[in-house]
Amino acid sequence: MSKILEINNLFKSYGPVEILKDINVSIDQGDFLVLVGPSGCGKSTLLNCIAGLEPITSGNLSIGGQDMTTVSPKDRDIAMVFQSYALYPTMTVAKNITFGMKVRGVDQATQDEKLAYVAQQLQIEPLLKRKPGQLSGGQRQRVAMGRALVRDPKLFLFDEPLSNLDAKLRVEMRTELKALHQRLGASMVYVTHDQIEAMTLATKIVVMKGGIIQQIGTPAEIYNRPANLFVADFMGSPAMNLIPAKAVKNGKGTAIQIERNGNTPIVLSDTKNLDLPEDVILGVRPEDISDASLRANNETQEADCVIEIVEPAGADTFAVMELGGKHVTARLHSETSAKAGETQRLAFDLGKVSYFAPDTGKRLN
Amino acid sequence: MADYSMHTVQNNNPIGKIALRWGLYVMLGIFAVFYLMPFFVMLTTSLKSLDEIRTGDLISLPREVTLDAWRTAWSGACTGIQCEGMRPYFWNSMLIAIPGVAISTLLGALNGYVVSQWKFRGANIIFSLMLFGCFIPFQVVLLPMARVLGMMGIAGTIPGLIFVHVIYGLGFTTLFFRNYYVSIPSELTKAAKVDGAGFFRIFWSIFLPLSIPIIVVTVIWQFTQIWNDFLFGVSFSQAGTQPVTVALNNIVNSTTGVKEYNVDMAAAIIAALPTLLVYVVAGKYFVRGLTAGSVKG
Ligand SMILES: Nc1ncnc2c1ncn2[C@@H]1O[C@H](COP(=O)(O)OP(=O)(O)OP(=O)(O)O)[C@@H](O)[C@H]1O
Ligand SMILES: [Mg+2]
Repeated sequence: MSKILEINNLFKSYGPVEILKDINVSIDQGDFLVLVGPSGCGKSTLLNCIAGLEPITSGNLSIGGQDMTTVSPKDRDIAMVFQSYALYPTMTVAKNITFGMKVRGVDQATQDEKLAYVAQQLQIEPLLKRKPGQLSGGQRQRVAMGRALVRDPKLFLFDEPLSNLDAKLRVEMRTELKALHQRLGASMVYVTHDQIEAMTLATKIVVMKGGIIQQIGTPAEIYNRPANLFVADFMGSPAMNLIPAKAVKNGKGTAIQIERNGNTPIVLSDTKNLDLPEDVILGVRPEDISDASLRANNETQEADCVIEIVEPAGADTFAVMELGGKHVTARLHSETSAKAGETQRLAFDLGKVSYFAPDTGKRLN
Repeated sequence: MADYSMHTVQNNNPIGKIALRWGLYVMLGIFAVFYLMPFFVMLTTSLKSLDEIRTGDLISLPREVTLDAWRTAWSGACTGIQCEGMRPYFWNSMLIAIPGVAISTLLGALNGYVVSQWKFRGANIIFSLMLFGCFIPFQVVLLPMARVLGMMGIAGTIPGLIFVHVIYGLGFTTLFFRNYYVSIPSELTKAAKVDGAGFFRIFWSIFLPLSIPIIVVTVIWQFTQIWNDFLFGVSFSQAGTQPVTVALNNIVNSTTGVKEYNVDMAAAIIAALPTLLVYVVAGKYFVRGLTAGSVKG
């Protein structure tokens, strides 16, 4: 099956500053690729390169099996939603949405039909006659979406298209996008800061930092098996606990010792027969530390911990304690008996933990 | 307004406040009178008869209003040997100024659009060189320009004068449009490119409609420059193609018979009228803030 988008060894510099370094990504027809990374890591730049709006410094790029490295944006068969919306200020909302079709010579009836459909989908029918200056941020964002959705391109590019919507509308639009994706089988590249958006929408996630791809994988892979400390820390909310620990080999396996202030160390034992160096960083998701009485399987190991802070958050209660000199968050059941300042017996799910090398940050298991 | 109310917080003596206000108005009034005085004298003089001018006071109102001087200035006054008034020259100026303004504005808009939104290697150098063109004094280009006009075969013609004004104005119009367009986010061009639009389509559909305020500014500037120009007009015209400024000079300086001050004044006002009109009419369309809402904010 041919790749809808294939990027090989892409480098991009602005003058002497290298912004994107050796990017290699490919997606299949119907994939939903989500780009995540901290602000300024080059996500928008990468989208611009895919769209052909910025020339790339080296490498090559193909869309739909055709080499597009030097092809102009209008011939790449893409639609794009810009982070800054980029609505045409002198045109009404309706004209903004139909401009692309008009330029491409789509007949008036089709234009009207598509406009009506998209306007209904995005709930912007009452706004069609207004100018962008008379819209709120969220309304502008929806118009920008509309401009892309009336097209039927090989590839959609979205740069944080839902960032300015209120929580309810955002959830609706997210569902709408997912449905659209499934219905059309359209291929998309999507930039977001929102963890949940990334997890729910993506078939594939790319995590970037400083212009370098840190990890590519399915949402489950990224979440469960982060490739390094950066990805572990960046993906998931609350973030994965990264606890400095010592791995001590003994007869039956490896003991993982976690120092505690004014208390005996917690000792957990690795059951997987991993070959770990002495110093490791243990990565545990908050949900993998739970009430011992409520969760137990053959991978969990228990320990008594002093809870420092208890934060109820509706369905869950977060308990914070200090382990290995770090604040560690556990996601407990809302009916937990944990109280601040008291000791609670917690279960650590060793089947799901990650180990990282403290110096390189690389995953060890 | 905000500043003013801030001020009243410190100085909340109402009498002082009112005195300040009135002081300001009186000052402004004095300046206005000072600037309007010459125009007032011109206007009243142009409405008087020669007898009255000779016997009366410079700043007194006309005892008897007469439009004879205006009639003479428009169609009878002598410029050297011809006695057709300002009329033919007025039309010459129109024929020079209107295409000159239109062409230089359009080219300036295109240039500004290119150097601000279609960055190419050397764009900044080219722009700097064009800026340099703004600072070259008229006198310096007279001789080279005469050569060029001769070579093009349009020396002494109205197209020749249009050409001169377009070339000389291009630096300014490019500067105006470039500075206006650099503040327009490049995403607008990018979005239009993704929508499939090309160079001229983007210019026509997106940039020109955004440009009304700067077009107005440029038109006012260029029209004033071209209409009021004397040096190019006197250097590059011949008998039938002289602009209104040259005619005015000839009327005022023609030395046959008595000095008709009323005619001179009427002719001067006629020569100045179109620029005044452009300010009044175009100023109304000086609308700002059309880009509001195109980007996040
Ligand atoms: N035209 C430009 N010239 C020089 N540097 C640029 C230019 N555009 C972007 N950059 C730099 O490139 C880097 C990446 O920018 P980019 O806009 O791609 O970040 P981003 O990942 O989209 O961030 P955000 O999440 O804040 O939108 C930034 O450090 C930025 O300063
Ligand atoms: Mg960005």
